[in-house]
Amino acid sequence: MTKYIGQRLVQALLTLILITLIVFFMMRLLPGDPLLIYLGQRAELHDMTDEALEELRKEFGLDKPIMVQYVNWVAGALRLDLGTSIFYREDVGTLMKERFPITLYLGCIAMAVSTTAGILIGLLAAVRRGAWPDKIISPLTYIGVTIPAFWLGIILIYVFAQKLGWLPVSGFTSPFKDFVQSTRQIILPVICLSAFGVASTARQMRSSMLEVLPQDYIRTAWAKGLSERVIIIKHALKNSLIPVITLIGVGFRVMIGGSVLVETVFAIPGVGRLMVSSIFSQDYVVVQALTLVIAVLVLLINLVIDLFYGWLDPRIRYN
Amino acid sequence: MALLRVEDLKTYFQTDAGLVKAVDGVSFTVNEQEIVGVVGESGCGKSVSWLSVMSLINPPGKIMGGKVLFEGKNLLEYTRHSPEMRAVRGAKISMIFQEPMTSLNPVLTVGEQVSEMLRWHLKMNDKEAKERTLYLMNLVGIPDAKNRYDDYPHQFSGGMRQRMMIVMAMSCNPRLVIADEPTTALDVTTQAQLLELLNEMVKEFQSSLVLITHNLGVVARYAHRIYVMYAGRVVEEGKAEDIFERPQHPYTIGLLKCTPRLDEEEGRELEPITGLPPNLINMPPTCAFLPRCKYRKERCAEEPWPPLFPVGPDHYARCLLHENAEGRVNMND
Ligand SMILES: Nc1ncnc2c1ncn2[C@@H]1O[C@H](COP(=O)(O)OP(=O)(O)OP(=O)(O)O)[C@@H](O)[C@H]1O
Ligand code: SF4
Ligand SMILES: [Mg+2]
Repeated sequence: MTKYIGQRLVQALLTLILITLIVFFMMRLLPGDPLLIYLGQRAELHDMTDEALEELRKEFGLDKPIMVQYVNWVAGALRLDLGTSIFYREDVGTLMKERFPITLYLGCIAMAVSTTAGILIGLLAAVRRGAWPDKIISPLTYIGVTIPAFWLGIILIYVFAQKLGWLPVSGFTSPFKDFVQSTRQIILPVICLSAFGVASTARQMRSSMLEVLPQDYIRTAWAKGLSERVIIIKHALKNSLIPVITLIGVGFRVMIGGSVLVETVFAIPGVGRLMVSSIFSQDYVVVQALTLVIAVLVLLINLVIDLFYGWLDPRIRYN
Repeated sequence: MALLRVEDLKTYFQTDAGLVKAVDGVSFTVNEQEIVGVVGESGCGKSVSWLSVMSLINPPGKIMGGKVLFEGKNLLEYTRHSPEMRAVRGAKISMIFQEPMTSLNPVLTVGEQVSEMLRWHLKMNDKEAKERTLYLMNLVGIPDAKNRYDDYPHQFSGGMRQRMMIVMAMSCNPRLVIADEPTTALDVTTQAQLLELLNEMVKEFQSSLVLITHNLGVVARYAHRIYVMYAGRVVEEGKAEDIFERPQHPYTIGLLKCTPRLDEEEGRELEPITGLPPNLINMPPTCAFLPRCKYRKERCAEEPWPPLFPVGPDHYARCLLHENAEGRVNMND
């Protein structure tokens, strides 16, 4: 197991280095000088002297050779200094500090909802295959995986916020400030964020459970006189979770994309919205920093999933 | 005294192609501490019969009728998931399956897969269950049992896994063990060792054993009595020596002619039975062996599939040649 973990860590580290390279150089390959774009937007360009421009370039370290810029950036990132936003003229770390917890909070809830609800729903559909729970669940999960998140968001807002008036239209309040209001505000965004996850997890769970149930070792478990509950939970669930776990990793990545849309639709001040606005203003320091942080997060999640895999499947752990 | 009596058991499968009468009125008796062989070609209904005894038939299969009398109760009156049936399965009647590579759960340790039965049926605590499991692992000859208890099935060879299946089957001291082709998937040496082991185990635990196989050679050495099945029915039953020395059904004779025997001195020409077993959907009303039978008479195509006729003491054959007592067949005809 230690060897397995070690291998995973080394792999993760290599991937991380690769990601920093890609993120950094991809931003540089985009046409246009971010400084000029920024200044152009601010309409400061025409009354700026060449010396002042050079000064600004120096301030952001853009005068140095590109390799030096890269090394500086990585060195900064290692010290958790992700640079200064050209647009906000503010430290990126500070920009994120306010927004990241919000995105993470919503994301974690949505992740927990989609994993547990997905597994339970898929399990129910598989165990009662062909009976009424399955007949209801299967078409619903099909809708769930195909419906676009922003469309679902708009429909939900229209029905539950505008027509029925049960829930607020948009916005975000810290749960520490006003828990009830905060919870009411996140219900619709969480549904939007987790719809795909619940549906895809449920579908995968159902099909992998249906694959496990006819296996010989399940017949053995029946022949041992165990109860249906023990057979499903102890003998079938762990085996059928193996493919589901992979999907949860995918679901996480889909959710990161989804949070950009959902934060925009529901006017939630998280990193998703920061990302969108930074892309529009070509604030490459912020985009670069966010991409890196998200990549690290995805990497961490993948690592956790790999470890979980090893825990679930002894054949992986020992090979 | 009979431990188990199966009477007129019928198990059918409703398939797209039609109703498959996989088991169509079979009766078996298993006495205390008896080893009973059940023999027949692939697809003749051996597994389905004994899975029915355990109430382990899955849809589209259904037990259509008959009785399974065990310790004075008809097990078919219990539903598959009922506590009464679960208390029999694994504890009083246990089963060993053909496929050692896939019959153990890959994500649970081999030790746990035995211990859980002991905790479940015999209400042992963790420590007692582990101790008994280790004792049994030693008994079946798994070396270094203490360290292997926490191994996973993929760390065991096929032979060792089947030993674990034997441990599992014997764990709760069952009255009856059903071994469904327990050695078919293994190499010849391992096969012989495992059969010997199984034989020792049921002696040690004073259990009865049903040994299911398509190979008469396998049961020759151990079985006291033998049932020969064909197309969902028993076509001959009798004491092992009668079946081997004085087989009375043309199908049994055919089987013996194509089975090599260990105790034979000189090589004998092996003759396969020509033709294929019948399709179990829309079976003709006549004797199912008719198209392949070398002994058939004209009457065989006119009469329905005959019942089991007595052909000797405790010896029966389902063949029109035995309608009258004088119809004895000599294998060497
Ligand atoms: N799930 C099923 N659906 C349809 N038919 C089935 C099913 N299971 C078994 N059968 C039918 O029942 C018949 C008997 O099968 P069974 O498994 O008892 O044969 P067997 O004698 O054990 O053969 P083998 O030596 O190959 O194990 C087969 O001919 C098969 O067509
Ligand atoms: S009844 Fe006739 S066809 Fe059938 S086995 Fe006997 S002799 Fe052969
Ligand atoms: Mg079989």
